[in-house]
Amino acid sequence: MIDKRVENVAAAVADIADGATIMIGGFGEAGSPTALIHALIDQGAKDLTVINNNTGNGEVGLAALIASGQVAKMICSYPRSSHSKVFPELYRAGKIALEIVPQGTLAERIRAGGAGIPAFYTATTVHTPLAEGKEIRSLEGRDYVLEYALKADYALIKCETADRLGNLTYNKTARNFNPIMCTAARITIVQARKMVGVGDIDPENVITPNVFVDRVVNVADPVIESHLVAEGICYP
Amino acid sequence: MTRAIKGWTREQMAMRTAMDIPDGSYVNLGIGIPELVAKFVPEGREFIYHTENGLLGMGPEAEAGQEDSELINAGKKAVTALPGASYFHHGDSFTMIRGGHIDVCVLGAMQVSQYGDLANWSTGAPDAIPAVGGAMDLVAGVKTIFVISQHVTRGGISKLVEACSYPLTGKNVVTRLYTDLAVIDITPEGFRIRELAPGISFEEVCAKTDAPLRPLKEN
Repeated sequence: MIDKRVENVAAAVADIADGATIMIGGFGEAGSPTALIHALIDQGAKDLTVINNNTGNGEVGLAALIASGQVAKMICSYPRSSHSKVFPELYRAGKIALEIVPQGTLAERIRAGGAGIPAFYTATTVHTPLAEGKEIRSLEGRDYVLEYALKADYALIKCETADRLGNLTYNKTARNFNPIMCTAARITIVQARKMVGVGDIDPENVITPNVFVDRVVNVADPVIESHLVAEGICYP
Repeated sequence: MTRAIKGWTREQMAMRTAMDIPDGSYVNLGIGIPELVAKFVPEGREFIYHTENGLLGMGPEAEAGQEDSELINAGKKAVTALPGASYFHHGDSFTMIRGGHIDVCVLGAMQVSQYGDLANWSTGAPDAIPAVGGAMDLVAGVKTIFVISQHVTRGGISKLVEACSYPLTGKNVVTRLYTDLAVIDITPEGFRIRELAPGISFEEVCAKTDAPLRPLKEN
């Protein structure tokens, strides 16, 4: 019998090794798998490369993972946050590397990674500093820049509903990068707010089909990062 | 004695921009003054708002007490979804943008050049942390790019320039500019006044523009 359920978040992230590349879902706090990130802080893997749109809020979730010194490199589109000084301070001190990628190119590189497409051409960044050193090709009378697919060892994902097979649904704009990241990692680990029986999700409404998911852990009452930040809480 | 009206307020700039968006348009609004455009949809027109974090059919900001941390816009503000809205992932969201399915995008600017180059993501200063978000994808994929911006910086320096000194977001991408002083078209010959704000003369706009400016086209 296929059963991808894992007992707790610690067990879900236990095998993440030093030097791993990890995709973390979410756009700001929406869709951030904060319980899994906190478990990864407890677990302690170092020299991580993290792919996320941002760099976290306050000193919780991704910002706390960065603050703990576990992240060697961030790949993201928008590393600024009005509620966090963690990344800017480490970046200015030269203690963390940054690869800045436009949001749509980031999404498409992840999508391509999951879809078995090693590279693609896009008009985004043409004639800007972010295209410097990259191959430019003229197609259909317009210039395009070559971008390479992104893949990861692990993806940390937050979803709304899951079953033991790993079929997933999401909540509103918490969907964002999560479904594409599920497809682009060797091991996809999901925190689900609600577990349901196989067959309870209408096949028409499955957003991530279970083939893309490896582990599911139930986090019934997930923390809301902005609430933690407002309360002045730092993790751990 | 009442003070003579001079120039447009932020709200008036947004209202003036909304007047130029055709009925039925799919619209993406940038962060800041562009967000105000949603408040001024001309009567009889319907726009559908796209926010790149995965919502088509975005409604107004959520009322106090009604915020949902999982229903936000690209500026990470709590918003609402209108009847007929849809949620989707980032791959689909940028398929809409890059694939040319969004009709109009309204953005802010640090600098706009006379040929429509836009700089709005970095000053290029050595200690600046680059943060581009979705701006480069939007200017590459959306056909009509409107810019709303104050005409000059707080320090009085023109944002309209011959050539941008800041790193570009995109080259030859801006269609039209809405400033507090005028509506200005980008033409193959450079900046051309389309409309002057109340109480503003052509000479005054010229004096505050760091590039050649053509007057209102005579018919």
